[in-house]
Amino acid sequence: MKYCVGIDLGSTTTKAVILRAEGDILGRGITNSRSSYKVACDVALSEALIDAHFGLVSTELERAGISAERKQHLLSELERRFREQQYRGHLRQFAERVRRRVEGHRPAAELPLLQPETPKKDEEGLGEAVDGILNKMEQETPELYCAGASRKSDFFRDLAGGRFMALAEEASRELKVRFDALAGLFDKVILEVENLPGESNDFQMHVRTALETLDDSRNELADAVELSAGTVLESVANVGTGYGRQTLPFPKEQIRSEILCHGLGAHSMFSDTRTVLDIGGQDTKAIQVDGNGIVTSFQMNDRCAAGCGRYLGYIADEMNLGVHELGPLACKASRTVRINSTCTVFAGAELRERLSLGEKREDILAGLHRAIILRAMSLLARSGGIANEFTFTGGVARNEAAVAALTQLVHENYGDVQINISADSIYTGALGAALFARREWLREEGSNGGSPS
Amino acid sequence: MTQPTAMKDRSQLRQKQMIAEHYSRLAAAPDTGDKSAYTFVPGNLTELLRSFDLLPVLPEINALQSAMRGKSRDYISTAEKLGHSEDVCTYVKCDVGMMKSGNVGPTGERLPDPDLLLLSYTGCFTFMKWFEILREEYDCPVAMLHVPYQADGQITDNMRKYVVDQLRDKVIPELERVSGKAYDEDRLKEMLARSAQAEDDLVWVLESAKHRPSPIDAYFGGVYYIGPIFTAFRGTKDAVAYYRELREEVQQRIDAGLGPVTPEGDMGEERFRIVVEGPPNWTSFREFWKMFADEGAVSVSSTYTKVGGVYDMGFRHDPDHPLETMADYCLGCYTNLNLPSRVDMLVRYIEEFNADGLLINSIKSCNSFSAGQLMILREVENRTGKPGGFIESDLVDPRYFSAANIKNRLESYFQMIEQKRSGGTQ
Repeated sequence: MKYCVGIDLGSTTTKAVILRAEGDILGRGITNSRSSYKVACDVALSEALIDAHFGLVSTELERAGISAERKQHLLSELERRFREQQYRGHLRQFAERVRRRVEGHRPAAELPLLQPETPKKDEEGLGEAVDGILNKMEQETPELYCAGASRKSDFFRDLAGGRFMALAEEASRELKVRFDALAGLFDKVILEVENLPGESNDFQMHVRTALETLDDSRNELADAVELSAGTVLESVANVGTGYGRQTLPFPKEQIRSEILCHGLGAHSMFSDTRTVLDIGGQDTKAIQVDGNGIVTSFQMNDRCAAGCGRYLGYIADEMNLGVHELGPLACKASRTVRINSTCTVFAGAELRERLSLGEKREDILAGLHRAIILRAMSLLARSGGIANEFTFTGGVARNEAAVAALTQLVHENYGDVQINISADSIYTGALGAALFARREWLREEGSNGGSPS
Repeated sequence: MTQPTAMKDRSQLRQKQMIAEHYSRLAAAPDTGDKSAYTFVPGNLTELLRSFDLLPVLPEINALQSAMRGKSRDYISTAEKLGHSEDVCTYVKCDVGMMKSGNVGPTGERLPDPDLLLLSYTGCFTFMKWFEILREEYDCPVAMLHVPYQADGQITDNMRKYVVDQLRDKVIPELERVSGKAYDEDRLKEMLARSAQAEDDLVWVLESAKHRPSPIDAYFGGVYYIGPIFTAFRGTKDAVAYYRELREEVQQRIDAGLGPVTPEGDMGEERFRIVVEGPPNWTSFREFWKMFADEGAVSVSSTYTKVGGVYDMGFRHDPDHPLETMADYCLGCYTNLNLPSRVDMLVRYIEEFNADGLLINSIKSCNSFSAGQLMILREVENRTGKPGGFIESDLVDPRYFSAANIKNRLESYFQMIEQKRSGGTQ
């Protein structure tokens, strides 16, 4: 099966969307961006391919006449177990490298620049502490992926990091090992593991193990999984976008500005869109598009990245929360504390001050979300305002408190305009890129006399 | 001015030589007894100064030269240590920093203290404050010409008379006093005639960008072309020779079907024809230019190259009416035009130069340019149907040039033009 891929290499996350030749979405994948852009792209793409394979399983189940409810149940069970296997794979790589460092062995040959740790005298208990932590993480895995469990993030770095640090705190107290040494170990090893080529991340590798752990006595899944796993997916065109697009291993003509990709992506999701707001990790873009999704004008933050997605990341760190816990908490606010600064650093100071004055966390968070949106409103105004349907894209569009603040301000300023937010808004740029890729491919196929099948 | 390495045309060598001689003469002034007047580019009265043998020194040119030589960061920091706020125009801070660091000019020679500060354009309020600072420093005489803003988009007889009266009653007597020489109108007329001659050739060169491919870049390359006429050389024989030579060189490029020369060498295929509004960034000038050249983007016209005179709108210095023509010149500089006139001019450029769109480089330091630019952008977009782009940087403060962001925006802008051209998603 042929597919076209769009990759959006953002400052925080890397996204991939793959399209079937006919233009419908085959799969979406996301991972955290990292120092090796190539690995980030590979991982995002392999996640999109996994998603595509799950989609194929779903199609096969439908074809087999399984009810929608049953299908949903089977798929979610399969995916939960698949993710557990994936996590275990990453954890094994991680644990192996942590132990290797503690034992003073040379680090992985592919990363010769990182020096092995030589335990200092007061770190003699390091090995014991590390063993304890890693064993505990291993034991906790089923719990992390049990039915109904909520996870802080979908990324290994966040999941493993959260648990490693919590366990390291306990270990440092109990075994008198310096917490810094343990935390430093995590920081170094996670970098190594994240930048390893993503071979441990394919569908075929984990899906069979996942299937074995699942009660499939009626044999409903096995055939569908085999058919899906046996389907060869072949990439025929790719386009890259996003902040790191220049570093993508694509030729120049396969690179598009994220402004164009967000415009086209939003247009393809909501065809009457005329204004698009994208709040990404380090930039906010207000884009005007015409009836064909062609960008007619845009404004971006320049000289300063205040009020972008990273602002929320920083605030989450300050509050010791996961970034996607912020929105739900802010939605519990009974009042909106006025936060004046959209400077990330100053907002941190303002946050601490407000907390010390006894303000509630949720009320402060509501104010912080409003502060971000106020800044975006200024860019929107500068780009030409909102005259017709408006689409909010990017990672921040997943945050319900940001959406609430935006909805209120858009209605206050521009009246009762239609506001579109897709559950997949974070993939808008990658979708636009994939659409560009598909267009190029169709053009080439057309000029070669072929047909896109 | 600093020369891009690839521009080794005869005219460029001549310009370099002219500049070197001028600065040497300035450096020797304390020994030779030559007197100097500090003055600004917009509305400059170079012919009048030179008719009194006063040597012009242009602080904003020194500031941009310092930036191109990588010295502005330290100069600005020196000025900030003296109490100038982060929000002050960075030309001012760069100049103040240079002054406080020994007043060494672009050629490495010391500039003389001014014998006169001649403020001949008041549309930029900062200019007044700038000279107040210099007056404190040098304790020298100041001559000020108040130039009314073209609020209604035209120069009226009253406005002209108001400026002429000041020239006759205030400026010229002060120049006589400082120079110790009597006003010599015949000499002034000779110079004004030479100015008009050079202006004809400059306009010809700027208009040459109507060719496809354009033989010149009228923004990045343009700042070199306006050098002599905007600064200390208008009205001189050297300037006449420079523009004649430049014209011949550009003619040769047209005949050979060549595009512009960039610092990286001859430009490749011309893919985008852009009109640029706003001054360039000087600290990353070459990097900025390369961002255009790499994408095949040529500036076919720009407003920055009109700050020292909108000659392409028909103005020429008129030797038969020396004071009136100088008044018209001061009243007519680009930043003295009201916003509707600026919009008209940009629309005309887009149409006449067959441009793909308007790009605005909005400068943090320069209110004269930046105020109203978003309105200008929208108006030009509406009237021409061509896409507008907007980037932000600064004149000479390297802290306000974010290369990755600007490149990102420029690429997006060029791709937007491309997408519009190819007709979109269908």
